[in-house]
Amino acid sequence: MTLQTILSELTRCFGTTFSLFLLTLVGSLPLGLLIALGRMSKNGLVSGITRIYISIMRGTPLMLQLWIVFFGLPKLLPDIVTGNWRYIAAVIAFVINYAAYFAEIYRSGIESIPRGQYEAADVLGYGKVQTFFKIILPQVIKIVLPSITNEVITLVKDTSLCYAIGVVEMFTRAKQIATLNGTLTSFVVAGVIYYIFNYVVDWVMLRFEKKLSYYKA
Amino acid sequence: MILEMNNIKKSFGELEVLKDISFNVSEGEVVSIIGPSGSGKSTLLRCATFLETADSGEIKYLGETAAKTGADGKMKYVSAGELKKFKNYFGLVFQSFNLFPHFSVIKNVTDAPINVQKRSKSEVMDDAKAILSKMGLEQKADSYPCQLSGGQQQRVAIARALAMKPDVLFFDEPTSALDPELTGEVLKVIKQLAEERMTMVIVTHEMAFARAVSDRVIFMDGGVIVEQGDPEEVFGAPKMERTKQFLKHYGQ
Repeated sequence: MTLQTILSELTRCFGTTFSLFLLTLVGSLPLGLLIALGRMSKNGLVSGITRIYISIMRGTPLMLQLWIVFFGLPKLLPDIVTGNWRYIAAVIAFVINYAAYFAEIYRSGIESIPRGQYEAADVLGYGKVQTFFKIILPQVIKIVLPSITNEVITLVKDTSLCYAIGVVEMFTRAKQIATLNGTLTSFVVAGVIYYIFNYVVDWVMLRFEKKLSYYKA
Repeated sequence: MILEMNNIKKSFGELEVLKDISFNVSEGEVVSIIGPSGSGKSTLLRCATFLETADSGEIKYLGETAAKTGADGKMKYVSAGELKKFKNYFGLVFQSFNLFPHFSVIKNVTDAPINVQKRSKSEVMDDAKAILSKMGLEQKADSYPCQLSGGQQQRVAIARALAMKPDVLFFDEPTSALDPELTGEVLKVIKQLAEERMTMVIVTHEMAFARAVSDRVIFMDGGVIVEQGDPEEVFGAPKMERTKQFLKHYGQ
């Protein structure tokens, strides 16, 4: 296989990598916030359950979680398996795993906001929801952005774990080509593409940080 | 009467911070509360502004009851929705300003009147600009709190409270977090408000200021009001031994 075909094969499969990446963020960023709020809830049951959830998600390998979702979930819900099940299982596993990490990042951010911010909002008559979304969350986002960037960069690389359940994303294809060709060329090309992708991710996240640097906390 | 607090008691665990305090503020009155740290001054303000819930007693604003001890001996507050109405009656200026760092000065001042009180945006903007210029901050409308000195930040905090058109303004040690050379500009603004007959309750350690600006001075210690009255009497000829000791310590 020529370098040209390897490149076109891998960029084709990069689409799957990219959509997996995007869907994971779209799902896990809000879910993580919800879990963080549950974790900080005064309700002991809610905070207990979310704490166990976070602990399991962070304490076991992501690849194992991929397998459990891919093989285990259909045992409970046989109807869930469609033609696209491998891909869907990957998205589910990634979302629930990354949400746990994001939840802890959000929690640390929320807990770092001084009490005075809540008190000032309270005295001015802001309701709980208004206070959270107008006063607290914007400040939290600025604080947690560097940690979020770290996770997002890890996610780019973690998408390659999908080869374990046979999702044909870029890494899976690179592995197939390597076996077929008997050379490492496809891995090198995949590595370069991952690197460029992360370079772009880093650049975009830095733009966000810059945008939020108009004030100091 | 703007504010009536009757027989307020408040404990934190074993520690009784307010021991049956009664405290009224009438319209146009400037009341200063002085006393040593831990005397309960700030807790009294925090109970008046609902940041703390009192254990028993009665709190009324403009004759309306916000909280009262029921027949069962438990303090009963009005619903959260109704409490919102009461929060329109007062403003609070904190020791540590507590401005919203991600909002510009003008947004700090106008956001709550627009989005909480639902007043018209143009009216609120005009008000806010007038208040800011009164505070000597008209040039700073588009700045962010982090770009301002402590004294300027505290004046923005006062402007933010005033923009809500409160009936009474509470100050919780408004100059304690400021460098000595910056306290003057904040005290000047409060003094100006006093001259305009703004109803104010000021917890402060600035004795000369309290003496000059107040209609009434309250000396608190150990969770009770030890002595209160005309500032010249309290500062000039205190009746209670405890007050004398305290003022001596402050070189008054």
